[in-house]
Amino acid sequence: MKLTLRVWRQRAADTEGAMSTYEVDDISPDMSFLEMLDTLNEELILRGEDPVAFDHDCREGICGACSLVINGDAHGPERTTTCQLHMRSFADGDTIDVEPWRASAFPVIKDLVVDRSAFDRIIQAGGYITAPTGSAPEAHATAVAKPDADFAFEHAECIGCGACVAACPNGAAMLFTSAKVNHLNVLPQGAPERETRVLDMVARMDEEGFGGCTLAGECATACPKGIPLVSITNMNKEWLRATRKAGKR
Amino acid sequence: MARTVWDSSVGKKTVMAVSGLIMLAYLVVHMLGNLKIFFGSAEFNGYAHWLRTLGEPFLHHEWALWIVRVVLVAAVVAHATAAYQLSRRDLRARPRKYMHTRRRASYATRTMRWGGVILGLFIVWHILDLTTGTVHPNGFQSGHPYQNVIDTFSTWYGNVIYVVAMLALGLHIRHGFWSAAQTLGAGSRTRDRALKATANILALVLTLGFVSVPVAVMTGVVS
Repeated sequence: MKLTLRVWRQRAADTEGAMSTYEVDDISPDMSFLEMLDTLNEELILRGEDPVAFDHDCREGICGACSLVINGDAHGPERTTTCQLHMRSFADGDTIDVEPWRASAFPVIKDLVVDRSAFDRIIQAGGYITAPTGSAPEAHATAVAKPDADFAFEHAECIGCGACVAACPNGAAMLFTSAKVNHLNVLPQGAPERETRVLDMVARMDEEGFGGCTLAGECATACPKGIPLVSITNMNKEWLRATRKAGKR
Repeated sequence: MARTVWDSSVGKKTVMAVSGLIMLAYLVVHMLGNLKIFFGSAEFNGYAHWLRTLGEPFLHHEWALWIVRVVLVAAVVAHATAAYQLSRRDLRARPRKYMHTRRRASYATRTMRWGGVILGLFIVWHILDLTTGTVHPNGFQSGHPYQNVIDTFSTWYGNVIYVVAMLALGLHIRHGFWSAAQTLGAGSRTRDRALKATANILALVLTLGFVSVPVAVMTGVVS
């Protein structure tokens, strides 16, 4: 395959960036999108140019490091992570636009790499449980109903890649935050911090400068892990419940 | 608690949902009242008069109407202020747009902001036209709403403004009602289809109900 790439190049966080055009040849349809970028970078290095910086780690769709907006879609045209997107999703001769996640809370560090530590700070605000450390407790000690376990697991699938923010027309982090809130709030282990968790994580999300939710549904469509839009509805319910309880105190 | 609600993006959306539902409930009653125009001038004018005597003798003359007006103004102000502040936040959250643009979300979702502005401007015109009579064509007669309605819908611009605003209203309700349910935490996987259907039916019935009046005047069914 022969492709034309238009890639966002930006030397540093404080410099202006622009789209640069590159031609790549001999691309196999079985290559992943990141392997295609590796091929481009090998060529750039041979030509003495600066390779394109992009985030990647596990390359098997479970770590959440890769983060590219491909032709306007977070993680590209397939519902998966960029590393699991293969070149067979494109046609020979295509022109492909590659951009970083765009959100003021995710500033560009270099080229296609953005700083997603805003997510870490949302987790620090309440995405944990308070439990004694040490050896794992007896699994039968705390019973979890099967529907609750399934619900928690569905939300625990979130890998924190930030595609929801990138896809949202408002740059909102509602789907990420709701996945984390719902995952822990439904479990008995998460019950002691059920109210403070949702209040603190939503407050932190607002402080980080993410937008608000207009229920456009773009986040759930882009999510490589299939976190559903109703996750946000459920977090709203938790937030209202916690606010009412806090008001009574 | 009021402070924490207003300071949070989720809380501000709650304010929008509640104020929106108040306005929606009013619109259903308003639309049904409008349909009385098909039963002739006496019944329509009589209904308008009854609205002023509603709640008497417990309430003073027109007090019920004024209570509704105060609640509605409060709802409009809360809804618009929250929408403005949330929109500012949303635009700030993505200062640089994507180079590769594509349409995001449905038409009804994308037009919520401008649709809201259109509806706000329409309400101002609507009150100046048929409540105060300030911009009414052909001499406003207080206490004769039947004739006033016919006068308004005898002008081309009256029909255009009204029909455009009602189409905007339908789109606004289509996304707004369903969204309000999600914001208030009432949505769920099993209820989603029912909520979407309710939103569509509300949008369709309200738009058709309101638009039927200018259409009836234009076609001479009401004269």
